[in-house]
This record gives sequence, structure tokens and C-alpha cells, in this order.
Amino acid sequence: MDAAISQVFNGLSLGSILLMVSLGLAFAFGLMGVINMAHGEFIMIGAYVAYLFQSIVAPFLGGVEPGIWFLLAIPAAFLIAGLLGALMEMTLIRHLYGRPLDTLLATWGVGLILQQTARSIFGAPNVNVSSPLWLTGGFDIGAGLLLPYKRIFIIALVLVVVIALYFYLYRSASGRRLRAVMQNREMASCLGVRSRSVDAITFGLGTGLAGVAGCALALIGPIGPSLGTYYIVDAFMVVVLGGVGSLQGTVMAALLIGVSTSFLELGTTATVGKVLVLLLIIAFLQWKPSGLTVLQTR
Amino acid sequence: MTNLVTLNLRRWGPFTLLMVALLLAPLYLSDFRLIQLGKFLTFAIVAVGLDLIWGYGGMLSLGQGLFFGLGAYGFAMYLKLQSSGGKIPDFMFWSGLKELPWFWAPFSSPIFAIIASILIPALIAAILGFFVFRSRIQGVYFSIITQALTLLVSIWFVGQQAYTGGTNGITNLGSAQLFGKSLMSPEAQHGFYFATVVALILVYILCRIVVTSRFGRLLVAARDNENRLRFLGYNLVTFKVLVFALSAAIAALAGILYVPQVGIISPSSMGVVPSIEMVVWVAVGGRGTLLGAIIGALTVSFGRSFLSESYPNIWQYFMGALFIGSVLLFPKGIVGSIQHLYERWVRRSNNQEMQPSPVTTEASSPEIIVNIQPSQAKGQS
Repeated sequence: MDAAISQVFNGLSLGSILLMVSLGLAFAFGLMGVINMAHGEFIMIGAYVAYLFQSIVAPFLGGVEPGIWFLLAIPAAFLIAGLLGALMEMTLIRHLYGRPLDTLLATWGVGLILQQTARSIFGAPNVNVSSPLWLTGGFDIGAGLLLPYKRIFIIALVLVVVIALYFYLYRSASGRRLRAVMQNREMASCLGVRSRSVDAITFGLGTGLAGVAGCALALIGPIGPSLGTYYIVDAFMVVVLGGVGSLQGTVMAALLIGVSTSFLELGTTATVGKVLVLLLIIAFLQWKPSGLTVLQTR
Repeated sequence: MTNLVTLNLRRWGPFTLLMVALLLAPLYLSDFRLIQLGKFLTFAIVAVGLDLIWGYGGMLSLGQGLFFGLGAYGFAMYLKLQSSGGKIPDFMFWSGLKELPWFWAPFSSPIFAIIASILIPALIAAILGFFVFRSRIQGVYFSIITQALTLLVSIWFVGQQAYTGGTNGITNLGSAQLFGKSLMSPEAQHGFYFATVVALILVYILCRIVVTSRFGRLLVAARDNENRLRFLGYNLVTFKVLVFALSAAIAALAGILYVPQVGIISPSSMGVVPSIEMVVWVAVGGRGTLLGAIIGALTVSFGRSFLSESYPNIWQYFMGALFIGSVLLFPKGIVGSIQHLYERWVRRSNNQEMQPSPVTTEASSPEIIVNIQPSQAKGQS
């Protein structure tokens, strides 16, 4: 019973990180049909932003302890990763429109360059971000089970992000334009939606969320230039399983993959668990080839 | 008649010249460069197989490194058993194994090792392909799934220290004996070099036959408009599974030839990064040309060895720029661009010689007919 609770908790924690990482991927894929192989590097950028805030900004804000720097690092990571992502869309991806496989290769190249840049600036060895005091320790739910505050914080952060995204997508003019372009690009353009700028904004939004995810990951592990590569394939699996372009599908897929990975890892080893998850996804696609949710186009 | 001769000359001339140059390479290259070239030629074999499914079939597999690695591991198992001389391999002993695992035992036979090293990757590709193509997964989805499989298998190989040698892989193959010669002797290395060139020639001819046959035209048709082909009554599942398995077998053959020349195989040669670099070889050389795959693999590999010897830090920037540049600026690749220039030159000189007759020149150029397909397809879907 205890084991089950802690596995569900671990699964939710993993799933929420996956969710934040894959939201951007899923929307860029739904909108433009491209997969951004450099997405993992935007996670890495977010994590290094947290590191920089700790080492440069924190001394001006009362040191590492109060943790104000970390709360500031989250929006900063969103902005920096988002702007870089929008820049990448405007300079590169836009020119490869309609050639999804080529985009995949070009973005992989961007990822290589970003990784090497990080290696030149910060060095190849991993660095550590020490989390503020109020995030150390855990919540004791009895029977010797401790839910770490960091993980709870990450789940809460993701919850806030998803709610904000829901309001953006379904309650704002900009979000409505995004959904319109996703459903029918030509018709939306005819009605005066600037699909080009929607592309750039959405792409930047997605990479910005990856940056926030990087900030969160900085709390729970060391940061290195290849940080993003550990999460990116799982994030792709979320996109494949969740289907294209719906918030619900991505949320369900991320939590499903997170929880089932943590349960399958319990019975076997970490890699065997992941192999089983991949096989389950392929089996699921036999039944529903387009994933959990299908985009309604008109 | 003369047309047929020039056509064959154009189709086979550059390839024949290249192969003659490669066969004569031991005369003008140092032993070090020859071994390097032999290694890169195994890459060229993988690239030809990848060009078959990507350039012609539109299936971008990010799992070729996996098939290459599995082939290499299979043959390395034979070499390891051979060089251990009846005892269990050293890394198994260090990991606490007392007896040879059952699945290692048959690999002491070279024939079995070679056949299994080719058939197992082909079978894995066929099974994966069957499930993936059956549910009509294509394009980016196919790439991602092959990449995920590659990642997981390479991590799994790292974890199974006792059976695969873990991170180090299978090493110390140098004392293996083949036909009474030590593996590292110059004679054996020359033998492997020639075996690689011959394998490359055979693989190239096989792929050339495939793409010029009816089968190959179906492959291109499936790339350009899969749905239309399905409406015409073709069963694309079997067809795509076959091509994917063939390319996996080609990659595995390359792996078999790679191991004895390099003397080591480790998970880092079969993971995600090598797999996607294989794609860039084809992209740089020119996809859908087969010859381009060979030229791309050799150019990028030699460029890499030159640059990483002299400037280890900028190599990765260069590689990244190569990925971006090869799709953004030179989507046709080296061979494709040369072909394009050549065809333009021929057309221009034809126009100057005889009176311009646009109808015949347009109709006689197969490229134009092919190019109509995707644009029509876009309009209809």
C-alpha cells in the first residue's frame, strides 16, 4: 500500500515534468507538423538560467536562503528560452515549412550547437543548484513515507502552468487564433489571422515552457550540457501517445506514461520499464493510430 | 543506341571510377589511412541502405545505428569467443559469471554468427515495421519511434554488463585468429578492406536494381502519395516492411565488417547520436542518388577525423552547421547538385544545337514528371 502510494506520487512527479516538457512539442507539432529535436536543449537553457540566477542574482537578494532568486528564475527562464525559441522559428523553421523530416534534422543541428555552446561557456562537468531551504525536506504522511517538498512544488508549478495555458488557449484572443490556425491554416489566414506570427508565438511559448521545466529539473538533479537528452525521447512518446494539438490528450498521455513508467520500473529495472512502456505505446497505436485524442479539423 | 550508352555511362561511370580508386587504394594509402578508409566504407554501406528507405521511400529511420550495432555485436561475440580460446570472455568473468550464457554458445561458429548477425536485426526491423506500418504510422512518428527503440536498446546494453560488456562493450578482440592469421596482422586487415569494398559494390548494385525495378518505382510512389497507392489496391505494409528489413540487414552487414577493422564495439557506436549522424551522411551526399550516400559518408567521416584531430572543440559546431546547411541551403546534396548542374548544362547545349523544341525536351526529362506528383498530392489531400 505504502509502496503503491509512493509509486503513484513518483509517477505523478515524473509525469508532471514530462507534461511541461512535451506541451511545447505537442503544440508545435499540431500547428506546424514539425518535431523540434532541439527542444531538450531549451530545457538545458532553463536549467542554466536557474544556475546563473543562483550564482549571480542571489547575492543581491539576500543570498541563497530566502529563495527569491529561484522564484525570479522561473519567469526569466521562460522569457529567455521562449525568445530564443521564437528566434529559431523565425530564422530557421519557417523556411522549412512543409518539410517535416528536414526540420527534424535542422533542429537536431541547432541542438548540437546549443549543447556545444553550453559546454564552452559552463564547461563539460555538471553543476549543481542548491535549492532554497523551504524546499528541502518533505511532507510526512505517516508510515515512514516522505513526500519531498521539491516534488510537491514541481507538481504545483505544473498545475499552475496547465491552468494558465488552459485560460490562454480557450479564453484569450491569441489562444483562439492558435486553435484556428491549428484546425485550418488556410481558412484562418483568409479570415485575417497572421498565421506566421501565431507560429512564432506558439513555438516560443513551447520552448519557454521547456525552460520552466529546466528550472524545475535544476532542483532535483545536477545540470549538464546534455541534460535535455534524458527527457526528450520520453517527451516525444508523450506527443505520439497524446495525439496532436489538444491539452487534454497531452496531459493524459504525460501522466499515463509517468505513472506506468514508475510502476513498471518497480517490478523490473529502469530500462526494462521504459522498454515496456514503449512497447505498450506501439501496441496502443495499433488500436488508435492517432493517439488518445484526435484533432477535429473542418 | 548512343543514348543508351551515355545513359549507362552516366549511371555507372562515376560509381565504377570510385570503386576502381578504392580497390587500388592499398597502393597509394598508408596502412593507417587504409584502415580508416575501410572503417568509413562500412559507414558508406549503412548510408546506401539508409538512402534506399529515406531517399527513395521517404521513411527516415533514426534506428540504423541500432541495426549496425547489433550486427557488430553479433560478429564481435564470435571474435571474442575465438580470442578467449575456450574460456569464458574476460568481462563475464569479472562480472561473476561462471558459465557461458546459452545465447552466446552458438556464436562460436562463424557461419552462425554471420547469419544471425544479419537476420536478427532484419527480423527486429520487420517486426517493428509490421506494427508501425500496419497502423499507418509514417513521417515524423516513424522517426521518433525508431529513435526511441535505439535509445532504449543502447541503454539496455549498458545495463547488461555481464552479457554485453556494459559501457565498455566487447573489447580486446586483437588476439582472434582468422584463417590462421591474427586479426591485427596487415594481411587480415587488407583482407577486411577488400571484403568491405566488395560488400559495398554488391550492396550498391542490389540497391540500384531495387530502385530501377518496378519495386523501386512503387517505393517512390509510396513516398510521394501513399494514399493514392493504397486506393489503387497495393498492400503497402508487406512492401514497406520488406524494404525496411532490407536496409536493416545492410546496416548489420556493415556492422559485421566494422568490428574486425576497429577491434571494439560499444553501446556508444549504436546509440541515438551515431544513428542520426548516419542520416547526415546521406543528406550531405544527396538523398535519392545512392552514389551520394557513399560520397557523403566518406566526406563527412574524413572531414570529421580531420577536424576533430586538429580542432576538437569546433567539431560539434561544424556538425550542427552541417545538419542545418544540408537541409536549408543544399537540400540536393553533393551528388544531387552536380546532377542538377549537369542536366541544366545538357539541356542548354541541346537547345543551342537544334532548334528549341520545348515539348520534346520537357517530355524526355523524367525529373519533371516525377516533380508533378507531390504538388498534385498536396492539392488533393
